[in-house]
Amino acid sequence: MQEMAIPNATLEAPPAADAIIRAQKVEKYYAQPSQNRIQVISATDLSIVPGEILALLGPSGSGKSTMLRMLTGLSTPTAGEVYWHGTPISQAEINVSIVFQSFALFPWLTVLENVEAPLQARGVPPAERRERSMKMIDVVGLDGFEAAYPKELSGGMRQRVGFARALVVEPEVLFMDEPFSALDVLTAENLRSELLELWTKKTMPTKAVFLVTHNIEEAVLLADRIVVLGRNPGHIRTDFALQLPQPRDRKSEAFTHLVDYIYKVLTQPDVAPAEAPGQPAEPRTRDQRQMRYQMLPHARPGGIAGMLELLLDRGGRDDMYRLADDLAFEIDDLLPIVDAAQMLGFLKIEEGDAAITPSGEVFANSEILRQKELFRNAAVENVLLLRQIRRALDAKSDHTVPEDFFLDMLDEQFSEEESQRQLETAVTWGRYAELFDFDSARRRFVMPDALEEEIASTGDAK
Amino acid sequence: MNLPHPLARSLVIVRKTPFFVDLGVAACALALFFAVVSTGVYWFQKPIPVVPISNSIGALPAYAFYSLVRMAVAYFLSLAFAVSYGYIAAYNSRVEPWMIAVLDILQSIPVLSFLPPVVLAMVALVPGHQLGIEMAVIFLIFTGQVWNLAFSFYSSLKTIPREMLEASRIFRYSGWQRFWQLEMPFSAIGLVWNSIVSVAGGWFALIFCETFTMGARNFQLPGLGSYIQSATNSGDVHALLAGIAAVILIVVATDQLVWRPLIAWSDKFKFEQVESSEQVTSPILELLRRSRILDTLPGRIWNQVEEPVYQHMARTRECRVVRPLDESKSAKAPPAFWAVAVAIVLTVGWAAMQAMFMLSTITWPDLRLLLEGAAATFLRVNASLLISAAWTVPAGVAIGLNPPLARIVQPLAQIMASVPATAFFPILLIGLVKIGGGLGIGSVALMLLGTQWYILFNVIAGAMAIPSDLREVSSLYRFTRWQRWTRLILPGIFPYLITGMVTASGGAWNASVMAEYSHVKDRTLQTIGLGAQIDAATDHGRFAMLLLATIMISLMVVTMNRLVWRRLYRLAETRFKLEG
Ligand SMILES: Nc1ncnc2c1ncn2[C@@H]1O[C@H](COP(=O)(O)OP(=O)(O)O)[C@@H](O)[C@H]1O
Ligand SMILES: [Mg+2]
Repeated sequence: MQEMAIPNATLEAPPAADAIIRAQKVEKYYAQPSQNRIQVISATDLSIVPGEILALLGPSGSGKSTMLRMLTGLSTPTAGEVYWHGTPISQAEINVSIVFQSFALFPWLTVLENVEAPLQARGVPPAERRERSMKMIDVVGLDGFEAAYPKELSGGMRQRVGFARALVVEPEVLFMDEPFSALDVLTAENLRSELLELWTKKTMPTKAVFLVTHNIEEAVLLADRIVVLGRNPGHIRTDFALQLPQPRDRKSEAFTHLVDYIYKVLTQPDVAPAEAPGQPAEPRTRDQRQMRYQMLPHARPGGIAGMLELLLDRGGRDDMYRLADDLAFEIDDLLPIVDAAQMLGFLKIEEGDAAITPSGEVFANSEILRQKELFRNAAVENVLLLRQIRRALDAKSDHTVPEDFFLDMLDEQFSEEESQRQLETAVTWGRYAELFDFDSARRRFVMPDALEEEIASTGDAK
Repeated sequence: MNLPHPLARSLVIVRKTPFFVDLGVAACALALFFAVVSTGVYWFQKPIPVVPISNSIGALPAYAFYSLVRMAVAYFLSLAFAVSYGYIAAYNSRVEPWMIAVLDILQSIPVLSFLPPVVLAMVALVPGHQLGIEMAVIFLIFTGQVWNLAFSFYSSLKTIPREMLEASRIFRYSGWQRFWQLEMPFSAIGLVWNSIVSVAGGWFALIFCETFTMGARNFQLPGLGSYIQSATNSGDVHALLAGIAAVILIVVATDQLVWRPLIAWSDKFKFEQVESSEQVTSPILELLRRSRILDTLPGRIWNQVEEPVYQHMARTRECRVVRPLDESKSAKAPPAFWAVAVAIVLTVGWAAMQAMFMLSTITWPDLRLLLEGAAATFLRVNASLLISAAWTVPAGVAIGLNPPLARIVQPLAQIMASVPATAFFPILLIGLVKIGGGLGIGSVALMLLGTQWYILFNVIAGAMAIPSDLREVSSLYRFTRWQRWTRLILPGIFPYLITGMVTASGGAWNASVMAEYSHVKDRTLQTIGLGAQIDAATDHGRFAMLLLATIMISLMVVTMNRLVWRRLYRLAETRFKLEG
C-alpha cells in the first residue's frame, strides 16, 4: 500500500507562498481553574493549499476542532502564528466558511433568512442577496423549502441548509467540523457524494476543503490528503497524499488497505507510524513523570465483554477494520473498547489485528459473576486510578472519600471536562467490578453496599 | 419575486384583513398621541406634592391611566437597562464577577426602603417640576424590576451554544446583526417570563408608594394607589371596591392583551430541534397577525432603518476580519477603564464612610429594637412561606395531576400572582380594625396574599411534568398513598417547589416593609418587625435607622439565599431531576 500513501508530503509541500492558510508552529493551551494550563496542541505546522480536500483525522479529544478553530481565526494560538496568504490571520480579510456538526442554524429564521444572513453581514443589497441565496438553496436541493423553519426539517435537510449558508458567500476555503456525524448512515452517504460532485464539477468556486472527521472511511472516501492527529497533546502522527482516483470504491483492495493502515496508526498511539521513518521525533513538551494516570477510554465493561466474546467466536483474532464493520461501529465507538481491553491486558494489537490474550480468553469464557471478579483483579492490577480510589477507601475510617480529592489530582493532567469524564468512567468500572460505589448526592466515593454491611457487622462484633 | 411556499408557516394562517382591526390600530395610534401630550403637560406643571384625590368613580380611568404610564415608563427603562447591563457583564470578563455580585445583592434589597432617599434626591435633581416626584416613584419601580431581567438576559447570553457564536463570528456578523439575529432571539423567552414577574412586582410597589409620608412632608401622586389609599382613609367602601376592581381589570387585560400574545409569539424562539406539540395560543396574536398593516408595516419600516446600518457595518473593520472568541484576557486595560475603576472605588469609599458616620448615631435601645424586629420579620416571612406551601402543595398536585383542570387553573394562578396584594391590603386592614386584631397576623396574611400564587403556579407545573409512565408504574406496584407521595410526587415537584419558594420568599421580604406598619383613618397600626422599623424611620425622617434596617434586611435575604435556597436549588438540579 506504500504506493498509494506517500508519507511526509509536508516535507515536499509546495512553497509557503502557494498556501491559502498556513499554520506555523501553532500551540494551544487551555487555562484550568486550578491555575494549571493544559496543552491541547503541541507545536504543529500545517498548510492548506488550493485544489485539495484535506481530511484531519483523529480520535475524539485529540484537538481536531481546536485546530480547525485556529486555522479559521476563531481561536488565537497560544504560540505560533496562522497566515492567510502570507498575512497574519487576525489582520487579513479572510473568506472562509464552516459547516458545523450541530448545524448551528438559527431556529427563529427561515431557511432563506438563514442563508441570507451571511450576505447581509457583508452588505450585499437585498435583491442580490435573495437571488444568490435562492440559487444556493436550489443547488443543495432544498428548492421549495425557503420559507420553512429549521425545526420543521429533517437532520439531513438541516445540514443542507448548513451547506447552503456556508457556500453562499463563495468561500475560498470550506471548513467542516464532523459535518455528517449527527446524521444517519444513509443520509450521510448521500450528502457526502453530493458534496463530492459539487467539488469535482467545480460548481462551487471554493479552492480547498478542510474536513475534520473521526470516521476513517469518510476520510479515505473524500480526501486528497489525510492528516492523522494523535492526542495528549495533539500532534501530527502522519500526513500523506492519497492517489486513488475518484469515484472511490469501498470494496477495492487499495481502499481497504488504506483504511487498515490508518486503523493501525490510530490503535498504536505509542508506536511511530511505519511509513514515516524519516520524521523527526516529536518534541514531547509534557514531562513524562507527570503523566501518572493512563487516560481511561470511555468504554462500558459490558461492551468490553461483548467485544471479547465476539472475538473469541472468530477464533481469537481478527482484523480490526472487519470487526468494526461487522459490529457496524465507527472507529470512535470501537476504539475506546479496544483501548480498554488492551489496558486491562485482555487484548493485544498486532499488525492491525486484534488478538485475544490468555487472560482475555478466560474472561470471555466465564459467567457473569466470575467475569466481575476477573475484571476486578485486572483493574486493580492495571489501572492506577481505580487502585488509588480503592486504597483511599480502605484507608479511611469512614470508608468514604470526596470526589474532589481525585478530581484535583486528575486536573493536573487532564482538562476539567476530561477529568470529570475520567471519573465517570472510573465509577462505571468500579461499580461493575464492585470495587467501590459512588454517592452522587454527596459526591463521594463509598464502599459498595455488600462490603459496607460486612464492615458494619464486623464493627458490631467488636 | 414570487416565492413558492410549500411548508410556509405563514400560509397556515388565512390572510384575511378584518377591516375593523386596522381601524382599531389607527385609533390606538391617535389615542397614544393624545396620551403622550397630556402626560407631558401634567409632568411639566409646577410640583404639587399632595395632589388632591377625588373619590368619584368617574375619576378612576384618569388615575388608572397615570398609573399605567408610570408602570410602562419604568418597565421600558428597566428593560433597556437590563439588556445593557447583561450585555456588558457577559462580554467583559474583567468586570463580570463584580457586576454579577452587584446584581445578586441589589436584587435582594427590598426596594421600598429606598423610597425616602430616592424621593429627596430626585426632587432636588429636578426642582420646580412635578417630574421630580414622578421620577422618584418610577425609579423605585425600576429598581424593583430591573435585576431579574438583567440576570435573565445575562444568563441567556452565557448559554448561547458555542457553535452558534462561532457561526456568527465566521460569517462576520456585526455586533448589530448578532444582537438582533442571535442574542435577542435567544434571550426572548426568558425575558418575557421575567417581565411578567417584574411587572407584577412593579404594581405591588406602585400601589404602595404613590402615597407616602416622610417626616413632615406628604407626597401624593394621582394614580390608582392614591385612589385606593384615599378611599380607605375616608372609609368609602364603594370607591375602594371600584379601585380594586380597576387594578384587577388592568392585570387581567395586561395578561390577555400583552403577556399571552407575547408568550405565544416567543414560542418561535424556542431553542429546540423538534416542534413541540403543546403551544400557548392567543386569539389576540392571531388577530394581530391577520391585520395586514401590522403584519407588513413594521417589517418594512424596520428594513428601511436596518438596510443602511448593514451597508455601513459591512464596511467597518469589525465586519471584515474574523474576530477570535477567546481574545486573551491579559490584554492591557485601557486607561479609561482604570480611571472609571478608581472613580468608582473613591465614590464608594466616600459614601461608605459617610454611612458609617451616620450609623454611629444609632443608640443601643435602637439597635435592640432593630434586632427584635429582624427576628420577628424573619419568623413571619418563613411562616408565610410554610403556610403557602402547606396548602398549595396538596392543591397544586391535585390540580396538576388532572390536566384539563390544570389548563384552566394554571393561567388563573399566573394572573393571581400578578394582582398586587397591596390593593387588597386596605380591605384587610379595615377588617382587622373592626375585629380588633393586630398587624402581627395581618402582615402574615398580606405576605400570603402575594406569595402563595407563585408556589401554586410552580407546583402545578411540577405535577404536570411528572412523566405519565412513572405514574403508571406507581399504580402498577400498588404504592400506598404515603409511598406515592414520598417516592414519586414530592421528588417530582421538588425543583418546581423550590423555584416557586425562591420567588415567593423575595416577594415576602419586600411585602414586610409595608405590611408591618400602616395608617388607617388617622390611626397608625404597627407591630414589631424590621419592616415596621423601616416605615417608622421613614415617617420620622430618621435616616440612620432606615439605613441600618435596610442593611440588616438585605443581609438576611442574601444569607438565606446563599445558605438555604441556593443549596436546595443545587440539590434539586442534581438529585431530583426526573428525566422523562
Ligand atoms: N474551551 C476549552 N476550554 C478548555 N478545554 C478545552 C476547550 N475546548 C476544548 N478543550 C479540550 O481540548 C481537548 C481537545 O478538544 P477538541 O479540539 O474539541 O477535540 P476533538 O475535536 O478532536 O474531539 C479536549 O480534551 C477538550 O476537553
Ligand atoms: Mg470536535
